[in-house]
Amino acid sequence: MTTSTASPARPSRRFTLPRLDTVAAWLLAIIWIFPLLYAFWAAFHPSEFMVRFDLLAPLTLDNFADAWEQAPFARYYLNTFALVTGVVLAQFVVCTLAGFAFARFPVPGKDILFMLVLIQLFVFPEVLIVENYRIASGLGLVDTITGIGLPYVASAFGIFLLRQTFKTIPRELEDAARIEGCGWMAILLKVYVPLAKPTYLAYGLVSISHHWNNFLWPLVVTNSVESRPLTVGLGVFSAPETGVNWATVSAATLLSIAPLLVAFLLFQRQFVQSFLRAGIR
Amino acid sequence: MLSLISRFPMRYSLVAAGLLSAGQALAQTGDEPVELTMYYPVAVGGALTDVVDGLVSDFEDEHPNIDVEAIYAGNYDDTRVRAMSAIEAGDAPQLSVMFSIDLFDLIEQDAIVAFDDLVETEEEQAWLDSFYPGLMENGQLDGQTYGIPFQRSTIVLYWNKDAFEAAGLDPEQPPETWEEMAEMGAAVREASDGEQWGVMVPSTGYPYWMFQAFAFQNGHRLMSEDGTEVYFDDPAAIEALEYWVSLADEHAAMPDGTIEWGTLRQNFLEQSTAMIWHSTGNLTAVREEADFDFGVAMLPMKTQRGSPTGGGNFYLFKDSSEEEQQAAMTFIRWMTAPERAAAWSIETGYMGVSPAAYETEALQDYIETFPPAAVARDQLEHGTAELATYQGGRVRRALDNAVQAALTGQMSPEEALTQAQREADAALRRYAR
Amino acid sequence: MIQNADRRMQVYGALLLLPAALLLATFAYLPTVATLFNSLFLPGFRGEPAEFVGLENYQLLIEDDTFWQVARNNLIYALGTIPTSIALALGMALFVNARLPGRGFVRMAYFTPTILPMIAAANIWMFFYAPQIGLFNAMLGWLGLPGVNWLGDPNVALASVIVMTVWKEAGFFMIFYLAALQSIPPELEEASNLEGTSRWSFFWRVTFPLLMPTTLFVLINALINAVRVVDHLFILTKGGPNNATNLLLYYVYENAFSFFDRTYAATITVVILLVLAVVATVKFTVLDRRTHYQ
Repeated sequence: MTTSTASPARPSRRFTLPRLDTVAAWLLAIIWIFPLLYAFWAAFHPSEFMVRFDLLAPLTLDNFADAWEQAPFARYYLNTFALVTGVVLAQFVVCTLAGFAFARFPVPGKDILFMLVLIQLFVFPEVLIVENYRIASGLGLVDTITGIGLPYVASAFGIFLLRQTFKTIPRELEDAARIEGCGWMAILLKVYVPLAKPTYLAYGLVSISHHWNNFLWPLVVTNSVESRPLTVGLGVFSAPETGVNWATVSAATLLSIAPLLVAFLLFQRQFVQSFLRAGIR
Repeated sequence: MLSLISRFPMRYSLVAAGLLSAGQALAQTGDEPVELTMYYPVAVGGALTDVVDGLVSDFEDEHPNIDVEAIYAGNYDDTRVRAMSAIEAGDAPQLSVMFSIDLFDLIEQDAIVAFDDLVETEEEQAWLDSFYPGLMENGQLDGQTYGIPFQRSTIVLYWNKDAFEAAGLDPEQPPETWEEMAEMGAAVREASDGEQWGVMVPSTGYPYWMFQAFAFQNGHRLMSEDGTEVYFDDPAAIEALEYWVSLADEHAAMPDGTIEWGTLRQNFLEQSTAMIWHSTGNLTAVREEADFDFGVAMLPMKTQRGSPTGGGNFYLFKDSSEEEQQAAMTFIRWMTAPERAAAWSIETGYMGVSPAAYETEALQDYIETFPPAAVARDQLEHGTAELATYQGGRVRRALDNAVQAALTGQMSPEEALTQAQREADAALRRYAR
Repeated sequence: MIQNADRRMQVYGALLLLPAALLLATFAYLPTVATLFNSLFLPGFRGEPAEFVGLENYQLLIEDDTFWQVARNNLIYALGTIPTSIALALGMALFVNARLPGRGFVRMAYFTPTILPMIAAANIWMFFYAPQIGLFNAMLGWLGLPGVNWLGDPNVALASVIVMTVWKEAGFFMIFYLAALQSIPPELEEASNLEGTSRWSFFWRVTFPLLMPTTLFVLINALINAVRVVDHLFILTKGGPNNATNLLLYYVYENAFSFFDRTYAATITVVILLVLAVVATVKFTVLDRRTHYQ
């Protein structure tokens, strides 16, 4: 896998595009970014300028103030933040242990077990909402942040990625650590985990954006403001039948995507590479 | 803020969550206030959550021994889902505002108690009898009262007087009959050179509700009182749907296809239509935002005036202690007292739920300065219960689909309603008495 | 001695797997089995326990016109979103891989929709699609064309949903093509330039075949997404008008949480699981013949 994908610095060795292609590429880019620009337009102007593009239209922050007032976005932020941190940390722990076992331990029936794990790449918690809801409810997890996150913790994808990474780490390093008297846990923490840092970063970013954006399962399993993440809060807030003013909805939409969007714009390269790395499986 | 943060790690681990609930159980044995949880929906525009929060905090000031946690749960359907799933998870609220037509589903789940069981004093009985009978229809079954009217509405016609004037119509004269509405709508459309539509009746969100109004204006009620039968394929119902379709097809007064419930108010405010049918719950929001002259009228008639009532009732849930139920009733009585009902009506446009509310000074003054606020009440004498049956979700969806299929030209009104009847019959087959 | 150490490692390894195994069992295998099991019951009537009815739910499913419409919608949705987003993704990757003024910006523009939650994307597109006052119709109005009821006309609504999905997905697939393109040795192209091969035939004869594994990979992902992601329906159409945009998973949600018919919802879920099983089989047999898990 080439990792230079996102490097804007490297000049392309490819031929120069004829003008027509350039125009097409730019046109497509403008079309693609337009919805987001439009959301900005709508959010920063009074609602009467929704479909009236007037450069002199007055800018305003009222829409954000309205959105902030009309729904407990602060609480939603907190919930999403707790959810994302919790899920990612728990995934790191559980998937590291499992990936380590698959990579290094002679567990009987390992190949079959691994195939079983891979099945989960296709059967997601949200496809099983009906039964997962019942299970969450039986465990007393409905309407808790734990309930939103727990089904995703044993991520087949994470296990798979970490297993692949651990497999590439030379055994000699492990042997050296053992000579120094390290036990398995110490070896895992001192040798394997540090060397898998890029994998953790990639997987972490993918996982963060997935859980920041996840909607259906959180919708089903939460009942109240105390546990609702941003997406569900936004969905409840802006469902058309509430008739909430559009400009306010735009502002609310931007509010809920802002942190991730800013992070993406700042760390574009890492994001793209993470998605890539995590995607090639 | 500190408490918020410190609660988080606790919620996060299962063990700690167990400890937390143990702590709560301990806390309740003391002289602690009774804690109530209530879900409530908002189905029309505006910052109604603020209004509810304000009311709740006023109540808590007056009743320091009762804590109410009011949770905004989305629209009516969302609220039903939320409350039902909370019940299933053994975390039932003590009370909630839910769709008035959720009655049958709630009874079927054995989730609610009748107010009659809790009413002891004569004063309480008088309170129970103080509401408009038309609003009680959806809250009663087999002589018991399960739902107390709170955010109740009917459908009314909003019309843009400026647009009427521009089309050469009398701006003070809203349509009285179906024919007039079609003609006036067509006139607006023509006079505006196709810039403005004549009338819009929403057909997403709650299409069955709008259709009920048409049917009832044609003298037809769509369901039996016990919620086990529906009459969708009656000729009067078919005629009603044909008229609705003809507004677009024949009279070109209304756009083709479905019309979005949620953006309709915006449509009216942007003057892209001269008339809309919508919940009275929108009234205050329209009043605040409209920069043109508008009026509010009863819906037009075919053989009779008519609109279904709609909106939310208070329900009391079974899974709570007697102390909690009493506290919940105290809260509901407080919320529905004439002064509050009047204030709520003024803030939102929803109806004052009792005649006494309309006798308060506040509401009388308001109506004097803003007569449209009385239209919903006046229309109440022509009201009918909103479509409520067992298997309500399925039955309403069948009718919604029929309305949409007819409006979008996929089926004739007769085919659509016949199919809806078949689907509803199938859903209700186990309930026939 | 060695055997003993081996045994210890086996136990240790099993212990390491335990947390993941428990969680997977609870939230993947158990619910899958329970779904199959519950699809054999009818919900309890008025508080009675659920009633075993064998395959009756499947019989109902076969007779349920709505189910067939929803299944057909999902198929159209897949056929509408997948080839389009793959073609666009490939085009984008080719654009961005070439020398292009403002390449950084262009690539960012393509990729940004991927970062947004579906629900937020749907909110934004709602403003485009709203009839009368929405942006698309306003734009048609400026051109003097009549408006379209984008989400309210059953002939157009599903297409509107598809367009939004393509917008959301194409940029994601682009990055895989981009990576694959950069791993194609530039010498190939230089050689073909010398031979005077046209760009068009170079693309079809060399580039496209080399990208085949990527295309298959993207295809699998797109297939899964076509079944799994229905978030936008909650905002845009709620499956309407008259089920014109209803998709399988949304139909499951409706049955389970609006109609409170969990067993019928389970029956539809079984259909979804079957579809996913087919996709998984394709992946594990066709795709992984090339990229072995080692």
